Formats: sequence, structure tokens, C-alpha cells
Amino acid sequence: MNEISHLERFTEQDYKYGFVTDIEADEIPKGLSEDVIRLLSSKKAEPEWMLEYRLKAYRAWLKMEEPKWPNVHYPPIDYQEIIYYSAPKQQKKLNSMDEVDPELLKTFNKLGIPLEEQKVFAGVAVDAVFDSVSVATTFKAKLGELGIIFTPFSEAIKEHPELVKKYLSSVVPVTDNYFAALNSAVFSDGSFIYIPKGVRCPMELSTYFRINAKNTGQFERTLIIADEGAYVSYLEGCTAPMRDENQLHAAVVELVALDNAQIKYSTVQNWYAGNKDGLGGIYNFVTKRGICKGINSKISWTQVETGSAITWKYPSCILQGDNSVGEFYSVAVTNNYQQADTGTKMIHLGKNTRSTIVSKGISAGKSNNSYRGLVRIGKNAEGARNFSQCDSLLLSDRCGAHTFPYLEVLNPSAIVEHEATTSKIGEDQIFYLNQRGLSTEDAVNMIVNGYCKEVFKELPMEFAVEAQKLLSVSLEGSVG
Amino acid sequence: MIEIKNLHANIDGREILKGINLTVNKGEVHAIMGPNGSGKSTLAQVIAGREDYEVTQGEILFNGKNLLELSTEARACEGIFLAFQYPVEIPGVSNTTLLKNALNSIRKYRGEEELDAMEFLTLVKKKMSLVELSEDLLRRSVNEGFSGGEKKRNEIFQMAVLQPKLAILDETDSGLDIDALRIVANGVTKLKSPENATIVVTHYQRLLNYIVPDFVHVLYNGKIIKSGDKSLALELEDKGYDWVIEEAAELV
Repeated sequence: MNEISHLERFTEQDYKYGFVTDIEADEIPKGLSEDVIRLLSSKKAEPEWMLEYRLKAYRAWLKMEEPKWPNVHYPPIDYQEIIYYSAPKQQKKLNSMDEVDPELLKTFNKLGIPLEEQKVFAGVAVDAVFDSVSVATTFKAKLGELGIIFTPFSEAIKEHPELVKKYLSSVVPVTDNYFAALNSAVFSDGSFIYIPKGVRCPMELSTYFRINAKNTGQFERTLIIADEGAYVSYLEGCTAPMRDENQLHAAVVELVALDNAQIKYSTVQNWYAGNKDGLGGIYNFVTKRGICKGINSKISWTQVETGSAITWKYPSCILQGDNSVGEFYSVAVTNNYQQADTGTKMIHLGKNTRSTIVSKGISAGKSNNSYRGLVRIGKNAEGARNFSQCDSLLLSDRCGAHTFPYLEVLNPSAIVEHEATTSKIGEDQIFYLNQRGLSTEDAVNMIVNGYCKEVFKELPMEFAVEAQKLLSVSLEGSVG
Repeated sequence: MIEIKNLHANIDGREILKGINLTVNKGEVHAIMGPNGSGKSTLAQVIAGREDYEVTQGEILFNGKNLLELSTEARACEGIFLAFQYPVEIPGVSNTTLLKNALNSIRKYRGEEELDAMEFLTLVKKKMSLVELSEDLLRRSVNEGFSGGEKKRNEIFQMAVLQPKLAILDETDSGLDIDALRIVANGVTKLKSPENATIVVTHYQRLLNYIVPDFVHVLYNGKIIKSGDKSLALELEDKGYDWVIEEAAELV
């Protein structure tokens, strides 16, 4: 009973990113139609093939149905009430960072993402996306010297159409799912990255996504290609203002790793989660998938999910190249009325492909946290191996943790291991740490951080520190 | 140092402690003995501040402060240390992390400077030798995968680092072989000073061969029914508890 009273004392989350930037925006009217898509495409001065791609996706989307199988609940989304394009008004072409609207620089500074190159973390290049457009990309020139392309998606369409045409939708087909189709029709911006053969990207590349405008949806598109022998580590961060209405975020991320290439993709997702009564927050419905196309290639997903009212995403790996490796490390925290249905898919096609899944769910308040994962070993995946570990930690008596593992093995030589645990943060553990002189708040942070250690050690250093802080903020007051 | 007066405590409405009176002064070692279920561990936990127990009557003064008004962590910071009968495992949290945070939390409470990484490491290394713990235990998760003996030695090691004013050892001897028992007891003995005090809660006399008590109390059915010097422990070892219980019954 003390356990409950301890854990009950979780109160409100302190969401320090909930402010709104007052900036004049160029918005198109709400609602979705072929005309809206044409308008959006013309605003971005896109080539004809891109418009065709969008219209095809839109027509396919009209025939599709919203998925009902995730273990999440929300009222029907009215797609005609969403604004599909909103961009801060600024000069057409920026020649340097000095020309970026100071309001925007201020916003990103406040978010801890300085865009002036001399101020950013040494070794991190940033693409800052504000509502529907990329407002600044740092270190572009320096990376360009190595042949690395790190540019807003809308510019990649114009400057590198061959690469975009070749790889766009090659991992996540337009009709893959309802939200992927919607994204393909209306996506506005995001990051495009190409690492040429044999190049090891010398700095972390990162995109920071910020939703600001009211009633808008954010539909970003990220495409990362690591050519033969290339290496890149990419970080993604996200925040949004506190609003009482729900806002939709439906992104698509595609990764392509060719022979001997390696992509490390890390996310710290902190979209506004809604208030303690469950009002407002972001619907985060995202499709993320990578393909290990080449031999000995490797894709590694690490995610720390603390935000959003609802999270629905399964960063996945298609292990096509022989000896390729897929990894998924996840910490998903839900508090108050948050819902998360997240996990991964590891599709083993090539020989001796290996995958590792480490999922750590933490549920507090009245939240619901589901792990859903698929491991499929194709019939030609001789010698494939998978290890999955799915742990759930409960911090209250009214939250839920669920595990839905799916397993399809078509090759008898495969070795697949699955471990799952559910534990409740123990009054015994808290008392033990209290008795050593630690407050209950510190005790819970220590226990939770210990529980997440395997995932945090996969994050780049600055991010790991950030993630730990975020975790303690997300759970602030949830144990008193 | 600690004065317990007419202490009554319940768990789930059932009275476990039925009027404990006990005074422990600086520099003293007290042994609390008694058969199973007499309330020994409850007493240890109530002093430490476990919330599962409800104190219905009485008071505990610790260096003049009303202990029952303080939270568990404040009691720890005031200088009370409980060596657990069943030390808890905390996966993913290294012994070093726990100890450094604990020590600095206590120092902060007392208005002392926090130790930096180097000072802390020096202190830890000095204390490790006391209980013959190997260094890799520092990096391992707290009590996870430790043998029974390692867990108990780890408790004494933590006590050595945190330097409490009052240490309560709750059945620290249970589950220990004779070598581990000697190591633990030697550690405790070396930590003894005229400034601190120890309460040893135990079932058997054998620990008291190593940690020599100044006073021995027999706890039975929630009350201290007999107190004496160390010879009482030997007598109990020899004759069991029945004669003390009968003697107490006659007095009523």
C-alpha cells in the first residue's frame, strides 16, 4: 500500500519546451485534396515528377483504411481539419546563418539547439526543421568537401534528383501503410543524407524537428544512404508547444546501407505528451525502416521515447545482404494518459544475418505501453540469429505493459532467442536506497537509469546525458 | 545516543512490538536476541523508518531528535545505518554509483562538501580491504549475482564508507559460513569507535564470539524480557530460550 502511495505522488510533468514562437507563417488552407497537393508542390517549386509521385500516393491513400490493430485508442482524426503546410515567412534564399529570422534562431537556442556554427556542439551538424520547412542546416559546406550531402529534403529534390528518385520509397513503399501513404502525398521537409563510398562521416549529423503552428500536421521525410564502406551516425530530436488539441506527426524515415556500410540512427523523441489529464499532445505515427542491402552492412536503431500522447512506430531492419546486422535498442516511457505501441521488425533474408532487440518499457500513471515486435527468418537466411529481450517496468498500479512478440522462422538452421520480464519498481528497492540516504526521487531515478543502462550506452555521449535528464523529467513527481 | 521508550508498532493491524524500552550509548555494542517471530527484525526496520509499520505508541530519540518525525533518508543522513538481512538487488546500478550518491547525499545533508571522484575512490579503496572485497565488485550492479556471503560483506563495506553513528546489523550472520562470518565480524569490530554504537540483531550466539557485546537483550513476543551482559548470550546458547520465557512469565 505504501508502494502505491509512493508511486501515486507523481504529479505534473514539467515540459519546458511547451512555448509558442510568435512568427508570421505562410500557411495553406486546412484540408486535403488534389488541389491542396498541387498548391503545396508549387509552393515548394517542385519538379513535375515529384508532383506526380505525390498525387499517386494521395490516390492510393484515399482507398486505404486507418489501421485499427495497434493497442492504442483515440477519437477519429478529421483529415480535413489539418493544415498540411505552414512555413515561417522569411527571405527566399539564405546565404548565411545571419539571414535566418532572429525569432527562429532564438527559438532553437531556447530549445538548446544553437544554429550558429561556432556555438553548436563540436562535432554535430544540425538541420533544423520548423513546422513544414527546414530553416537552417549547419556545416553543409564543410561536409560537402568530403562529398557528403546533408541537406533539407526539398533541396535534395532539386539538387540531387537522381539519388532521390532512385531511393525514395525503395524501403518504405508508398502504399506500405496508411500513414506512409499520407506522408508520401504531403510530406514537406526533412533531411536528406548521402555518404559516399568509403567515407566515414566525421561528425554526428542531426535533425531537430519543431512543431510550432496550431492545427498543422508535421509530415517529414528522412532518407539516409550510406554507400559502400561508409559510416554515419545520425541523431533526431523533437519537441512541440503545449496545446489542448492533438496534433498529427506522421513521418517516414528510410535508411539504405550498401556493402560494408553502417548507419547508426538515434532518436530522442520528446513531443508534447498532453497534460496530466490526457488533454492535447502529439499523435506520433511514424514509419521507420532501414535496409541492409549490401553484405556486412549494419543498421542500428536506438530510441528514447518519452513524449507524444500516442506513439505508434516500429523502426525496422531488412537484412538482405549476407552477414548483415540489425539492432534495435529502445526505451519507451509512458506517464499519465500516454499510450505507446512500439517495437521493431527484423526481417532476415540473407545468410548469417544477425539481429539484436533490446526493448525497455517504463509505464507510470494511467498509461499504456506495448512492445510489438516481429522476427522473420526467410527460407534462404541460412545461419540467421536473433536475440530479443523485452523488459517492462511498472511504476504504478493503474498502468499497463503488454508484449506482442511475433516470430516466423522458415529456415531450420536459425537460432532465435526471446527473453521477456515484467517487474514492478519495488518498495524494497526504494527503502534500501532511502536507507542509504537517498531521497525517493533520486532512488527512482537511479533504479530507472540502471534499468535503461543497456540502451543508454548505445547513444552518443551528449545524447545519453540528455536522455537521462529527460527520463527524470518525464517521471518527475511520479514517485513521491 | 538512541533512546527507545515504550515503542509499540503494528503491521496490517497486528501488533508486533508491544512496548520496547532500550537505551544505547556511544561506544556500546548491544545484542538483541530472541526466537523467530519475536519482533527483532521489526524493531530494526522501525528504527530505520520502514513505512509498512505503523508506530502506535512510544517514541525514539536519536541524539535528542525525535526520530519518528524523520523520513527514512533523513534518518540515514542523521547517521543510522541498517545492514539488511536480505540485501536488495538493483540491476544496472553499480555499487560505486550507489555509494557515491549515498555518501554525497549524506554529506550534503550535514552541510559538508561533496567528495569528487578522486577523493571518493581513495576512500573506497581504503574501506574495501576491511571486508576483503575484490575491486570488480565495485563495478558490478548492486548485489546482483552476488553470493550470500558477498551480499553481507557488501553491506558492511557500505557501512564502512558511510560511517554511521549507529549501525544496526539485522541477522548479518545468517547464511554465512565460518570464514565469511569472521571477515564480516572483523570488519564490524574495526569500525567500532568510542563515538559510534552498534546494535546486533541475531538468532545465534556464534556471531557474538567475534563481535563482543556490552549488553545482551532477549526479545520475546514484542518485548524485551531479559537483559544482561555477554554471559547471557552464552547461557542462551547453552540452555535455549525457554527458561527466560518461563522466568518472564512468572514475573507477570
